[in-house]
Amino acid sequence: MELECDGDVVKVNDLHFSYPDGNEALRGVSFNLCAGDKVALVGPNGAGKSTLMLHLNGILTGRGEIEVGGMRLNPDNLPVIRAMVGLVFQNPDDQLFSPTVFEDVAFGPLHMGLSEDEVRARVDEALRMVHMTNYRDRLCHHLSVGEKKRISIATVLSMHPQILILDEPSAGLDPRARRKLINLLHEMPITMLVSTHDMALVKECFPRTIVMDEGKIVADGMTAQILSDAALLEAHGLERP
Amino acid sequence: MHLSPLHMHIPDGFLSLAISIICWAFTIILDGVAISRTNKSLGERQVPLMGIMAAFIFAAQMINFPVAGGTSGHLLGGALAAITLGPWAAMLVMTSVIAVQGLLFQDGGLTVMGANILNMGLVTVVIGYGLYRSVLGRNQTMKLVIAGLAAWLSVMGGALLTSLELWLSGTAKLDIVIPAMLSVHALIGIGEALITVAALAFIFRTRPDLLGEESVSAKGGRGWALAGILVTLIVVLLSPLASVNPDGLNRVAMDLGFITTAQTATGPLAGYNLPFLGKTPLSRIAAGAIGVLVVLGLAFLAGRALRKKS
Amino acid sequence: MHADAFDRYHHGHSLLHHLDARIKVVVTVAFILSNVLLPDGAWAAFGLAFIFLLIANALSQLGFGFTLKRSFVALPFALAAVTAVFSIPGHALAEWHLGMITLIPTDAGLLRFVSILVRSWLSVQMAILLVSVTEFPDIIHALTHLYVPSIITTIIAFLYRYLFVLTDEVMRLMRARQARSAAAPGSRSGGNVWWQARVAGNMAGQLFLRSYERSDRIYNAMLSRGYKGQWMAMHVQRIQLRDWLVGVAAVCGLIVMQIVGRL
Repeated sequence: MELECDGDVVKVNDLHFSYPDGNEALRGVSFNLCAGDKVALVGPNGAGKSTLMLHLNGILTGRGEIEVGGMRLNPDNLPVIRAMVGLVFQNPDDQLFSPTVFEDVAFGPLHMGLSEDEVRARVDEALRMVHMTNYRDRLCHHLSVGEKKRISIATVLSMHPQILILDEPSAGLDPRARRKLINLLHEMPITMLVSTHDMALVKECFPRTIVMDEGKIVADGMTAQILSDAALLEAHGLERP
Repeated sequence: MHLSPLHMHIPDGFLSLAISIICWAFTIILDGVAISRTNKSLGERQVPLMGIMAAFIFAAQMINFPVAGGTSGHLLGGALAAITLGPWAAMLVMTSVIAVQGLLFQDGGLTVMGANILNMGLVTVVIGYGLYRSVLGRNQTMKLVIAGLAAWLSVMGGALLTSLELWLSGTAKLDIVIPAMLSVHALIGIGEALITVAALAFIFRTRPDLLGEESVSAKGGRGWALAGILVTLIVVLLSPLASVNPDGLNRVAMDLGFITTAQTATGPLAGYNLPFLGKTPLSRIAAGAIGVLVVLGLAFLAGRALRKKS
Repeated sequence: MHADAFDRYHHGHSLLHHLDARIKVVVTVAFILSNVLLPDGAWAAFGLAFIFLLIANALSQLGFGFTLKRSFVALPFALAAVTAVFSIPGHALAEWHLGMITLIPTDAGLLRFVSILVRSWLSVQMAILLVSVTEFPDIIHALTHLYVPSIITTIIAFLYRYLFVLTDEVMRLMRARQARSAAAPGSRSGGNVWWQARVAGNMAGQLFLRSYERSDRIYNAMLSRGYKGQWMAMHVQRIQLRDWLVGVAAVCGLIVMQIVGRL
């Protein structure tokens, strides 16, 4: 199964990180992700999930090794790796910083140095993938939370990433918007690492689950197994869906 | 009713072309220097920071607090922006705020935008930052006191400049417009000072690093202190023009209206959407007339207090 | 109340809606400039300017008097010019005794006052029309391509995007303050002015810090998507022949106005 793979998409080895205020957020994190993996990252607030995600495209740099697509993450290949790792932030109002949907989805490809025709094609393709083609010329502040979340995903899909990293994608969504998001996560063929508190989402969408607490990975395995381990869930403040 | 500094925004048609062009020239030169300085000294991180801070200033101008008799205190934000972001970044931030107010909301005209930026965005920053810079090494209380004074003076400086421009354009009479503008803005400036000081105190408490030795706030050169004190001196020396003869006050009344008529609406957005609610012009004029009378009373009291001091 | 109330754009498919934003910005500024240049009391030219405005209104398909209804924004400021009535030398029209002072309105003063009002009133309408038929992001692009420094237009783009988010935040803060400023029966709600100012200042400080932290997150989002310190923008489409024609026609109209105003 997945755990046995050699980490051809992402390989993290013994990652440590402390914030300037002394808070030790990561204390030796290691895991692998392989092509096609759909992995949930769960754990209580403050477990280090978001910090870990910010390491995967070099926004934060701690001690330890990170490889993306077989490349060691270092300042030289940062631009390439940032295009390969599509990181979507939790708050769509932080993710969508341009006035219009088009400009926002175009931001990534434009800054990758693609030609304008290519940028337009990528925007159309990304919006099609999230079923938001009609929203191309809309203003970002006119969108509902659910629409913003889907456009947020399009903003990184337009960069053709090899892995999609989502932080709390279902937070703040009403049931209908959440259902649409789940369908979207199901149908996208791309490798995914998704941090969430939504255990029902985990059960439905992700075959593999990583549990983090206090800066460490405390469990990594089949979702069904982890969700049936009541003691593990309780010890880390999680609930069975 | 709001005693809002927003009503320093000059509409198109009130300044002569010559004055508009002169003000544009000052604005373009200062902003040009600010652009080259921010490009040089500040990291790429500054772009989103300045953008969000511009939105912050815009939003913070909606915060009000009740003063007395239905009036309320407001923030213009020039001094606060200067002290927290450093002078050059603050100039660009204030320029953008005033540009959007003119372009999107017709709060201030387009050909006179140079003047509005100069009055509310640049002079306020020079006075606000300059005075604060002169006490940079002192203790926190001293910094807060001077920041408050700087905030008050920055509003007075903007009001004085606005009056001078109106006068030089042949739109208003000098011996009326200056005392009228200054006495009303002396009140508005108190709101500005109180909010600025309280906001800075809050930042000192929660994120002292943002105002510490290493922050952008401490990076402005010594020359700023000199510039700030110089401009302040000019404001203070020109202000005696404000001390009117007692019977002049009746004429001030005629003039005060322009600072007050829009202030009769309620709610933080009133200044923006009132005309779009389908009110008839007549009701607005009537409302305005009442506003004039109320503020007239207030300004009368303030004028007397000011005269006693001097 | 939602901050969407800030939007000024009125959806439509008229000639003016589809006109290149650069042309619209330039014609609007030229129109306002032309008003400023017209001499006092050039009634025929002011009349032409009004007709120009009505035509623009009609072309926008928003209604003949669309901007008329919204044109009183700048009216309060008009009273700033009232003193001109009494200060400009000319023939005395009347003599008013108010207490100890005497006011003498002059014909030249009145002429100047009314001219200022007319200029301002015409100008503000055109500015309103501009934002009613042009989406604000298009105006921002137009400014960039009209050589406004890109750092300013980028700040304005952020300001426009986040003013909706932050004003929502302000409204939440103010509602929370309202909800907590209860009063004991018989006493006034809230504290004295100093206390009130402190609360307002704390709100401003809190908003500042939230905004500051938000700008960090946005910067991270930008970095993640390949931002390297250089802001890139798409090139705007070429100006079409039709856009040029409308622009040239408008400028010709303004020139005629200037000539009529000086006859």
